[in-house]
Amino acid sequence: MKSRITTTVIAGLALVSMMESCKPKSTSNAVSGDASTKAYVAPGKHDEYYNFVSGGFSGQMSVYGLPSGRLLRVIPVFAVDPEKGWGYSEESKPMLNTSHGMVPWDDLHHVQLSKTEGEIDGRWVFGNANNTPRVARIDLKTFRTAEIIELPNSAGNHSSPFITENTEYVVAGTRFSVPSDNANGDVPISSYKENFKGYLSFISVNKESGEMDIAFQIECPGVNFDLSRAGKQKSHGWFFFSCYNTEQANTLLEVNASQRDKDFIMAVNWKKAEEYIKAGKGKKTAVKYAHNVYSDETHSATSTIKTEVLVLDSKELADICYMMPCPKSPHGCDVDPTGEYIVGSGKLAALIPVFSFDKMIKAIANKEFDGDYLGIPIIKYESALYGEVKKPGLGPLHTEFDGKGNAYTSFFVSSEVVKWNIKDLKVVDRVPTYYSVGHLCIPGGDTRTPSAKYLIAYNKITKDRYLPTGPELAQSAQLYDISGDKMQMILDFPTIGEPHYAQASPAAIIEKNQLKLFKIDENKHPYAAKGEGEAKVVREGNKVHVYMTSVRSHFAPDNIEGIKIGDEVYFHVTNLEQDWDVPHGFAVKGANNAELLIMPGETQTLKWVPDRVGIVPIYCTDFCSALHQEMQGYVRVSPAGSNVPLSFHVGKTAEETPASK
Amino acid sequence: MYIYKLNRTFESEINVQSHLIKIKSMKTKKILLTTLVTLALWSCGGGDKTSSDQSNAETPKSMVPEPEAYDPKRGEGKWTAENLNLGATLDAGMASEGEKISGVKCTSCHKMTEERLVGPGWQGVTTKRTPEWLMNFITNPDPMIDKDPEVQAMLELCLVRMPNQNLADQEARNILEYMRKIDGVK
Repeated sequence: MKSRITTTVIAGLALVSMMESCKPKSTSNAVSGDASTKAYVAPGKHDEYYNFVSGGFSGQMSVYGLPSGRLLRVIPVFAVDPEKGWGYSEESKPMLNTSHGMVPWDDLHHVQLSKTEGEIDGRWVFGNANNTPRVARIDLKTFRTAEIIELPNSAGNHSSPFITENTEYVVAGTRFSVPSDNANGDVPISSYKENFKGYLSFISVNKESGEMDIAFQIECPGVNFDLSRAGKQKSHGWFFFSCYNTEQANTLLEVNASQRDKDFIMAVNWKKAEEYIKAGKGKKTAVKYAHNVYSDETHSATSTIKTEVLVLDSKELADICYMMPCPKSPHGCDVDPTGEYIVGSGKLAALIPVFSFDKMIKAIANKEFDGDYLGIPIIKYESALYGEVKKPGLGPLHTEFDGKGNAYTSFFVSSEVVKWNIKDLKVVDRVPTYYSVGHLCIPGGDTRTPSAKYLIAYNKITKDRYLPTGPELAQSAQLYDISGDKMQMILDFPTIGEPHYAQASPAAIIEKNQLKLFKIDENKHPYAAKGEGEAKVVREGNKVHVYMTSVRSHFAPDNIEGIKIGDEVYFHVTNLEQDWDVPHGFAVKGANNAELLIMPGETQTLKWVPDRVGIVPIYCTDFCSALHQEMQGYVRVSPAGSNVPLSFHVGKTAEETPASK
Repeated sequence: MYIYKLNRTFESEINVQSHLIKIKSMKTKKILLTTLVTLALWSCGGGDKTSSDQSNAETPKSMVPEPEAYDPKRGEGKWTAENLNLGATLDAGMASEGEKISGVKCTSCHKMTEERLVGPGWQGVTTKRTPEWLMNFITNPDPMIDKDPEVQAMLELCLVRMPNQNLADQEARNILEYMRKIDGVK
C-alpha cells in the first residue's frame, strides 16, 4: 500500500516535470518525438520513393530518396557540369546549343514525370528552362538528359513542362510576352498592348522513343502565363493556364500588374486545336530553334536548327480558349485526381476559388459569358465556380492532392501548409513551414491515384534551420507525414539551388529499369577503341585523334610523343569495363576544359589545345581500384615544326622505346 | 491547441522510449515508473535529441557465413564438367571468336604468354585449372575472388580484383576454347 502511494507520487512528479519541460522553445520543438524513426532509413536500406527536385537557378535536377532526404544524384540538364563533363565533352556540347549559340546555364523550375493513363510510368522526367525557353527530357533508365528542345516565340518559359494524361503533349507557356520572333521586335517597350504576344507551345512526345517535336503553338494576347495543368479523366483534352498581368503592364509590374480584382485561368481545348490543325488552319511561321538529341548508341549529341512552326490564332479560331475569372494574380492552377475540380491560387487573394469542370462545360454550352478579353470569351465567374475556401491563409500558391478528397495548399506569406476538404471547402488542418513555402509535392500528387504517405514542402527561405554558412544559405525542403488526420513534420533536408516544383514516384516503378552499363559491342561512337588492339593515335593535319582505352588500372596508350604546339588534340577515351559502377575519369594538366567521366562501355572526348612545350601528365580522376594512383600517363609536347615523330605505346620500357633516344 | 500538442509530444515520446527499451506492454509498476522517470529526463532535454536507434541495421550479407562448402576444383557458378560438354579436340572457329572477344574484354590486362601484366598471363592456365573452374571464374568472378584460396593469393600479388566483364555464355565458352588453343590443344 505504501509502495503504491510512493509510486503514484513519483509517477506524478515525473509527469509534471515532463509537462514543464515541454514548453516550445524553438521551431525545432514543432517536431514530435517519433519523427526521427519515421524518416529513418537504416544504412544499406533503400528509400521508398524517388524525389525529382528542380534545381532552380542551378539549372539542374536533383534526385533524393524519401523519406530519408538523402541526395542520390544531381542530373546535369541546362547548366554545364564539369564534374560529369556535361557541356565540356565534345559529345555533350551540342546539348546546350540554342538559336543563340551555346548557353551554359538556365533556371529549371518544374519537373514532370511521364504518365500513361494518368499514372506515373517511370520512363522520363521533363524539366523546363525558364530563361532561354527550352524543355528537357531525362531518360529514367540512365538518369541523364536525353533531349532538349528550344521554344520559339517565347520568353520566360514558366508554365512548363506540364503534361497530359498519356504524355501526348508537354506544354510551355510564355511568362514574358514578347513580339513574335518573325515580327519586327525593334518597337517601343510601351507598345506592349499592340505588339507583344503570349504563345503556348504544345510539344508532342513520341510514345516509343520519347522524342519531342513542337506540334503547334497558340498565339494569345500578351499577358503573363504563369502555371498550368492538364485536365484528367473527364477533363482530359483540356489544359488550364493561370494568367496574370492582364493589365498588360510593361513596367513596375509589382504595382501595375496588381490593379485588377480578377485575372484569369485560361482553359484550352487542345483536342479542338488538333482538329483545327488537321483541317489545315495552322499557319506555318518562320522561326529558328534548336532541337538537341543525345544518342546512347553513338554516345554523342546532335543539334539541329529547325526553321518552322505551326501557329493557331486564339482570336480567329473559336472554341479553343476560354477565360475563367480568378481573383488576384493567380499562380498555381491545379487539377484534382478526378479531373472535376480546378483550384486557382490567387497569390494576393484571401480565398481559394475552386472551379468545376462540369459547370465550365455547361457555361460554355449556354454561352454564359461576360464579354471577352481581347477576343477570348470570358465565362461568368459564378457560372464555372464550384465554391471558395474562405480565409485559408495568406498568399496561396500551389495545391497537391491526396486522392482521399483532400487538397493541400501552400501559403507563402503565412508560411504554412493548409489541408482542406474539396467537397465542403472546409479547412481541416494546418501546419507551419520554415519558411515561406513555395511548391508542394505528394508522391503521385498530380496522378489519378496519389500515394499520399508524405508531403514535401519546398521553402524559399531557410534562415536559422541549419548551421549558418555566411550570407548564402542552403535551400530547404521539409517532409511531413500525412498518413494520419494531422500532418506531422518529420524531416528537414537541404536542396540544390532553389527548389521549385518536384515530383516523387514509388521507387519500384523506376528502379527496375535501371541501365547498369553500356554494352561495348553496341558502342557506335566513330572514335571508339573496342579493345587495346584498337588503341592508336592518328594525325589529320593539326588535329590529333587519340583512340584511348581505359580499364582498371591503366590507359592505352599512356605515353604519347610527337604532339606539337598548334595542334588540337582529341582524347577519345573508351571505358572497356563491363561491370556496374566502374566509371573512369580523365584529365589533362592545363587543359582549358573539364574532366571526362566515362561510364563502362562508353566513349567520351576531351579536346585539348596544348599551350606550352613540355611533358603533360594525364590521369584517371575517379578512384577505380587499389592501383588507381598508378592510372596515369604522359604526353610530350614539342615546338611547332619539331620533327619528333608521332608515337604512342603502353607498357614498353625505356630500352624498347625508340623515341627515348 | 497548446494542450493538444503537449499530449502528442507525450505519446510520441512514449513510443520512442518503449521501442528503445524493448517493452511491448507495461505490465509492472516498476517498469512503468522507470519508463516515466526516463521519459521525464528524456523530455527535459529540450527536444533536440535525435534517435540513436540503430537496431534496424542488419548484419551485412558478406558477414554471414555461407552454409554450402566451396569447391576449389569447380569454383562457384553454373558451370560443371557435365554441362560444359568439352570436346577432345579444338574447335578452331570458337577459338577464333574467343580471340576476338578477348581483344575487347581481356587483353588490356592479360598477356597470352606466362608473363603477368595486370593479371596473370594465360599460357598454361588450362592445365592449372579445370575448364568448369575457368568458366565459372570468368562469368562469376566476385564470389570466387572472395572465397577461392588461390584467387585470394593471386589478388595479394595483383591487387586488382578481376572485373566482371559481363560475358555471355557463348562468349565465355569461346574464350575457353581460345585459352585451350594457346595451351596447344589441337
